[in-house]
Order: sequence, then structure tokens, then C-alpha cells
Amino acid sequence: MSAAVTVPVWPVEGWELVAGLEVHTELSTATKLFCGCRNAFGDVPNTNTCPVCLGLPGSLPVLNAEAVELAARVGVALGSDVRRSLFHRKNYFYPDMPKNYQVSQYDEPICVGGSLELPDGVRIGIVRAHLEEDTGKTTHVGGDGRIHGASHSLVDYNRAGVPLLEIVSEPDLRSAEQARAYVAELRAILVAVGASDGRMEEGSLRVDANVSVRRVGDATLGTRCEVKNLNSLRSLGRAVEHEAARQVAVLLAGGTVAQETRHWREDEGRTVAMRSKEEAFDYRYFPEPDLVPVAPDAALLERARAAVPMLPAARRARLFGLLSRGGDQDPARAGAPGAQVAAVVASDLDQLVAGAVERGAEPALALARVANEAAAEPDAARRLDVEAFAHLCRMEAAGELSATQAKTVLGVLLAEGGDPAEIAAARGLAALPAGAVEEFVRSVAAAHPEEWGRWLAGEEKVAGFLVGRVMRESGGRADGKAVRAVLDAARSRA
Amino acid sequence: MADERAGTSGAVGPGGTDGGTGAAGLHAGAVGIAQAVRRGELRAQDVLEEHLAVVEAREPALHCFLALDVERARASAAALDEAVARGEAVGALAGVPVVLKDNLCVPGLPATCGSRILEGWVPPYEATVAARLRKAGALLVGKTNLDEFAMGSSTEHSAFGATANPHDPERVPGGSSGGSAAAVAAGMAPIGLGSDTGGSIRQPAALCGVVGVKPTYGLVSRYGLIAFASSLDQIGPLTATVADAALALEVIAGADPADSTCLDRPAPVLGPVLGRGVEGLRVGVVGDLVEGADREVAAAVAAAADRLAGAGAKVDEVAIPACRYGLPAYYLLAPAEASSNLARYDGVRYGLRVEGEDVAAMNAATRAAGFGREVRRRIMLGTFALSAGYYDAYYGQAQRVRTLMIQAFADAYQRFDVLLGATTPGVAFHQGEKLADPLSMYLSDVFTVPSNLTGQPALSVPFGTGESGLPVGVQVLAPALGEEVLFQVGSSLEAMAPRGGADGAAGQGTGQEAGGAAGQGTGGR
Ligand SMILES: [Zn+2]
Repeated sequence: MSAAVTVPVWPVEGWELVAGLEVHTELSTATKLFCGCRNAFGDVPNTNTCPVCLGLPGSLPVLNAEAVELAARVGVALGSDVRRSLFHRKNYFYPDMPKNYQVSQYDEPICVGGSLELPDGVRIGIVRAHLEEDTGKTTHVGGDGRIHGASHSLVDYNRAGVPLLEIVSEPDLRSAEQARAYVAELRAILVAVGASDGRMEEGSLRVDANVSVRRVGDATLGTRCEVKNLNSLRSLGRAVEHEAARQVAVLLAGGTVAQETRHWREDEGRTVAMRSKEEAFDYRYFPEPDLVPVAPDAALLERARAAVPMLPAARRARLFGLLSRGGDQDPARAGAPGAQVAAVVASDLDQLVAGAVERGAEPALALARVANEAAAEPDAARRLDVEAFAHLCRMEAAGELSATQAKTVLGVLLAEGGDPAEIAAARGLAALPAGAVEEFVRSVAAAHPEEWGRWLAGEEKVAGFLVGRVMRESGGRADGKAVRAVLDAARSRA
Repeated sequence: MADERAGTSGAVGPGGTDGGTGAAGLHAGAVGIAQAVRRGELRAQDVLEEHLAVVEAREPALHCFLALDVERARASAAALDEAVARGEAVGALAGVPVVLKDNLCVPGLPATCGSRILEGWVPPYEATVAARLRKAGALLVGKTNLDEFAMGSSTEHSAFGATANPHDPERVPGGSSGGSAAAVAAGMAPIGLGSDTGGSIRQPAALCGVVGVKPTYGLVSRYGLIAFASSLDQIGPLTATVADAALALEVIAGADPADSTCLDRPAPVLGPVLGRGVEGLRVGVVGDLVEGADREVAAAVAAAADRLAGAGAKVDEVAIPACRYGLPAYYLLAPAEASSNLARYDGVRYGLRVEGEDVAAMNAATRAAGFGREVRRRIMLGTFALSAGYYDAYYGQAQRVRTLMIQAFADAYQRFDVLLGATTPGVAFHQGEKLADPLSMYLSDVFTVPSNLTGQPALSVPFGTGESGLPVGVQVLAPALGEEVLFQVGSSLEAMAPRGGADGAAGQGTGQEAGGAAGQGTGGR
């Protein structure tokens, strides 16, 4: 990177970021892709190895059927065409690759096409997903952990031959938030179908980003750079923005962006060039002669379809459907309800909301209580008795409990369980009768004549103060909505 | 079935020349030995010692072996004799000494591939074929010499010295399975296993006067065969007789879950077809598989065709012009796969390591020091053929030629049950004669590569001797999985081959034994 160019902070006015992601996920098979060794993270180095995954002379690969099943499930979940595929050899020398070639699907991947829907409803296209074997892991000893300056290197082949599925998106992402949302959504899908444990910090999910920039309104894509070493959603977001900003800086300085592979340095917050297009390896791909083509048959596809549960997008759609039921409004995907829906599905609590609605809870109220309160304790919330929660929602909607009281009862339900009516009774929680609310309002009006006068004169923003006073005086027993109704009534009479 | 075959082979008889039951094993062939050992008529230990005596006598001049495994073989023979004495069932190859080309993995024995780069490496696992031989009661005598990584046609490209032809030590035994071919021809073991990527079993078989079989691709598991070119490599037997080759193939063939390219089907049953004759069979003599051969070789093919016709076969000529593209296609595909298969020899994990400044320098220094000239030449050829911008013109084009050849042979098999041609362009050449000229060495494979490219089976059977007194082989080719008809014709040719000539030099009476086998088959029909 040229030191003369000052990199601006993203976003830069008038410029658009374009990104596509390559997500490598380790499939959670019991054994490796081409041998019977355990597929496990964190074992003693070089204990999960055999002649095949060590690439010993004369050994031959045998494809793991479970990996094909999991890849097919992901394909079904992404709406891809799951088809006949072929393995190739990708040839290059690296000590953590025992055969000095990687067995990977090349021009005939197992999954082609498809898409993924982000929580805000935006669809991101999927180009392909293909199977390949992972490499071993090299640790450079001495120096600062990089290869330069190291005294020697150690290789652990436990990871060599672990099945990977590389999922490549279209360049449909336009912001760092979208890139993070895409990975989070993809991760949720992979976990939902049982293909991956989704643990990014253990390297089960690794992301490379192809980033380019263009002037807003341009139809053509700019030259892209591939950014590697993105080990967390945070790194991904930072790297994508920084890389976009770097490219804009280069272009604004009159330069051109070189197509190259760049490495994200988390500690320095910048990308550095690894190798240019000219220096790119010639991988000399050719069909792997030790394996035969993989053709998923009808039975496999049927099993894959059966194994794919309701996915996050469909679950969100179901909640939006509940929200709009009975109303003629389009469910708002952006804004508060959209965020609540996404949060509830992400914490796997949509079943609780749906169950409560089935049992007579008001959808918006059930959603709000789960998203805002229950989701804070997701484990307890998943154990919550649906009928008890629905009962609580009904009590609150009927005005038997104030919002504050309902939250208190929900806290008890989460911690101890029980019957909401009994919990409320035992703690003396009951919403005030209408007359009592009026009593409190009168008392507050008397204590704060100036604010009361401004309210009656039509000043809207003083309502919050008055409601808050009433809530405090009533010890939380007054319901906010009921108080507001009394205030409105008083003003209309004035 | 094997019992019936062995019982009527009558091969034990000729052993009388050496006197005593002990020497009978030398001339009984695998079929006769296994049958006699099973019946308690021969002790496996005696059979082994006789063959070891031949090894001791002739190995110094021939250099067939890269490793001997005498102690384990003796222990196995003793255990086998005890099992027979206890009345236990023993396998189809009980007491039969075998040798394996040194690109097959056996635990406890180095596997060198004839290369410095694998020096010191001892495989921790067993090749499927080695396990099957062992379980059938065969006694592994040792590992045999080969051209480095099976790349060559003379066994001169071994890093550990050349092997001599038992018929004339001044000449090469062929290659790359020259060590196994010479050992079998010299009577050191009735069965040797080799690997055939472009003719590496059939060509040395022809030059040493023994039978060599390249089975249908996928019939024999490649698990434990150190790869040269994976889509072409196939393991097969080299034996003194067609009946022994059939028995060996029955033992080593058949499905293996460890090799994805191994066909999911049982081993063929070949005993019943031996000596069945050729009456009514349609035999196509492929002009393209004789053209350019020396006169003595062409004469042998013509004589073989005549005798088959005389025995009732319908013999006709057939042209398969696509054969001429075989060699160029082969010399793109095989090196391409080899360049990838041999990438793992980098000094990091096993074998030779020559230190360097960094990993890349260590890789380069190790490979430069560890690989011989021929291997380096092919790695460079193959790397080039797969390179961006050249892939389609070279590798891609060669694959299209391969498809074309498969189609051309399929067309020929519409009209013929088997095809006949020469195995090699000439008889055994002198040591050093072709070393300086790789292209003329490559031409040794011109008649054998088509079967590797098409995946179809082929067999070389000795058919007399040429003007030089050296053995000449003729080649029988059959459609994929046509091993039955292949052996049927092979055993007939063996029976009708001219007698005498080099038999004495080889120490084997192939003609006599073939006659016995043929007689058995006829009787059983
Ligand atoms: Zn393994």
C-alpha cells in the first residue's frame, strides 16, 4: 500500500462498496473427507492421522458419504441445484498439505445457484458450494509467529482432510453490516441443517471477502481484491470497510486498483498485499483420477430435504405473518418489529411467540416481551411453559397487570416457573382499577400545577413526565396506557 | 475348481529331472505347488528352500531384488506346513513363493520405487494385493527391481542398479517390472506381481519369455500401489504359465472399498476357460499393433494367427488407426498425473531430505537430489502439459484421443471377440542401447499403451524365439472385463507356441506346462 495515500473512513460520499464472500465451513462429520480418521478440533497434534490423510505413498482416498449428505442439505437449504459433481486436484506446494495438492471440486461443484435472504428481506445470490479437503495447520516457532524470522515450523495434520464446504456468494453485498448479516444468516442455516457447529473462533467458519468499489450509479464492477484472514464478524466488517476505503483512496489519487490477494492484519487494522494476479499460483487443476464422480440420487436428495428444518427466513416470515394477522398493514420488516423478529429467531425463541399467540396472546405484545425480556435469558426462555407465558400476555392485555408488573412476573416465570396469576397474587401485583388511576392523576396534577397547565394547554412532550410521576406514586401498579388515557380524557374535558 | 485344475495339470511330473520330491516344486508352477502342499505331498518349507537356492545361485548375476524377506517367508512356510499337518484348510496359493515389484507396500519392508527419494521409508500398511496373496498362503520372497517410479522400459532407470535378462545377461529384462519378470523367468518364484501403466508388465514378460497380464482397469485394487499415473496403473501377474497367471489373478482381483476406482464385482473365475480352445472365436489381427515391429516379432504374430485359424478360430485382419495416437496421448496423460502424484516427495515428512534456506529451497534440493533424470523429465513434461494456457492443447487433447481410442476399440469388438498383435517392437535389447535416446525407449511401449488408455485387459504370452534365440511375446487384447476370453485365447496360444529355443536359458518349460494345462482344459470341457 502506498504510504502517500491517506485512507479515508468508510463510508465515502459518492462511492459504493461491492462485496462477495467465500465462506469455508468445516462440515461436522464424524470422520474426515477421504479417510476414517476422527474429525475433531483440539486433539493432541498428529493423533487423528492415517496413511490416507498423511498422503503416504500408495494410499488412496475414499469419499465420506456423510459429507455429501451434509453438502446436499446445505444445497437444499440455499435453494441450489444439487447435482453430479467431480473432484479435481489443485496442485501447489505447501508443507501443511501432505500430498502437495488439494482435492477440491472445481468446475463441477455439488451445489450450483441459490440464494439467501437477510433478515431485512434482501436476497443475496449464491454462485456455488463445493466440497474440498482442509489442509493441516502450520505453527511458526520463534520470531513473531509469522514465517519470516521463524526458527522452524511445526505442522499438525489433524485438520488435514477435514471436509470443507466452500460457499461462494454473488457480489451482492453493499455494506459491512450486510456482509456480517450474510455470514450470521449463513451460519444460522449451517447450524440449523446440522452441517456445521458454526464456531468461528475454532476456525469452523472461515471467510474471505472479494471487495471492490465504484462510483454510486456505475453499473460496472470495479477491480476486486480478495481479503483473507477474517476470523470474526468484527474482523470481516472492519476489513471490508477498510479495503473499500483503501481502494477509493487509490482511485482518488489517480491510481488503479490492482487485482490481488490481500491479508487482513487485525492488530494494525489494515490489509496488506500477499500476491498479485501475475504472481498467482498456476494450480494446474485436473480431474482427480483416484475418485469417481459423485452423483446425488433421488433418495439422497429426499433425505436431504427431510433433514432441512424450517430455516430462519421462513421462521421470520411466519412471525411477520402473525404480526399482520387481523390487521391490513404490511408487516414492517425494517424498524422495531423487524429487529425484534430477527432477534427472536436468532435466539431460537420464535416457537415461544407463536405458541403464545396460538393461545390467545396479542402478537405484538408476545413478540415484544420475548424480544426485549425473555431473549436476555435464552436458555431459561427456551424452557418457559408456553401456556404460562400466554396467560401472562393475556393478563397484561386485559389490563390485569401493568407492563412493569408483567415484566416482574415474567422474571419470576423465567427463574422459577409457576402460574402467572398465582405469582401476581402472591406478590400483590394487580393493575389499579380505573378510579384509582384517576386518583393518582389528580394528586400528581395538584403537586405539579405548572406541568399540568402546560399539558392542558396542549404541550405533548410533558406527558412523559406526568406518566412517570403517576407510575412512581403508584409504585408501578398503574398501567402506562391507562394513565395516558386518563390524561387525554382530562385534556379533552378542559 | 482350483483343485481340479491343479490335479490335471500334471506339471509335477517334469520335476523328475532334478530328482526327488523336493525339486518337484521348481517345475510344478503355482498351480501344482499349491495343490501338492494342500494335499501334504510337498512341504511349503521345501518349496521355499528350492526357490531360495535358485535366488542364491542366480541373483548375483541378475539383480532381480531390492529386498529379500527370507526369514518371514521361512516362518510363514513353517506355519503353513503345521497348519496342513493339523488338517487345517489352507489357501489357493499355499506354499507358492511370490515376488512383488518394489512399488507395492508391505509393512516392515522398505518400499523404494527404485528411487533415492524414498530411501529409508518403510510403509506402515499393506497393499490390498499383498494382503490377498498372504491370506491365500503365498510366501513373499522379496521385493523386485524396477525403473524408478515405474517410468521406463528396461529397469535401467532404477537408482539401485539394472536387472539383467535371464536369457542373456547382456540384455535388459524390459521394464518397468523387469525385476519380477526376470525373477519368474529365472525360476526364483512362480508368481511375480508387477504394475502396468503403459506396458510395464507385458513388455518385460515378452522380453523375458513369461506370461504377463494387465487386467481390466479397476479389476484389481490399487490400494498400496505407489502411484505413477493413477488412471492408467493396474497391478497384474507375471508367471511362467497362463494357468498360474489365472490363479494369481483370481486371488488378487475383486472389489476393495479402499480403492474408489476398483470395480464392485467379484474376481473372475478363469479355471474353466483354460484350454477350452478357440473354435469359432473371432480373432482380429490388428495391423496397427504389428506395424513397425522387427521381422522376427511380426513373424511370431503371423504364426500365432495361423495356428489360431488352424485351431478353428475365425481370423481376420482389422485396422485400428487410432492406435497411432496412443503413444503421444500416453506421454501427455501419464506424466501429467505423475507430476501431481510425485509432488508429495518433498523432504517434509519421509524419505530423503536435503536441507535448504527455506521450505521451497529444501523441496527443490530434495527433489533434485532424489529423483533420477527420467523421473525429472516426466515431471517437467507433465507440469507443462497441465499448465494454464496449455492444458487444453495437451492434457485436454490427450483425453479426447483417449475417448476416441475407446470408441475405436469398441467398434472393433463389435466384430471380434479378441484382438491379436505384437507385445513389443523387438526382442530384448542390450543394456545401455536405448538409455541415451528416450524416444526410442518410449517406442518400446507403442503396442501396449492402447490397452492402458482404454482400460481394457491384455495379456502377453511367449510365442517361441526369434532369430536371435531370444523370447518373443504376442499380445492378446480383449474388451473390458473380458478376462475369460482373454485367458481362453492365451492358454491356447501357450499350447500351440513353438517349443524349444530359449527354454533352457530361462530354466522353465513353459511349452510343456502349457500343454498340460491345455490338456486339462480340453478334458474338462
Ligand atoms: Zn486419516
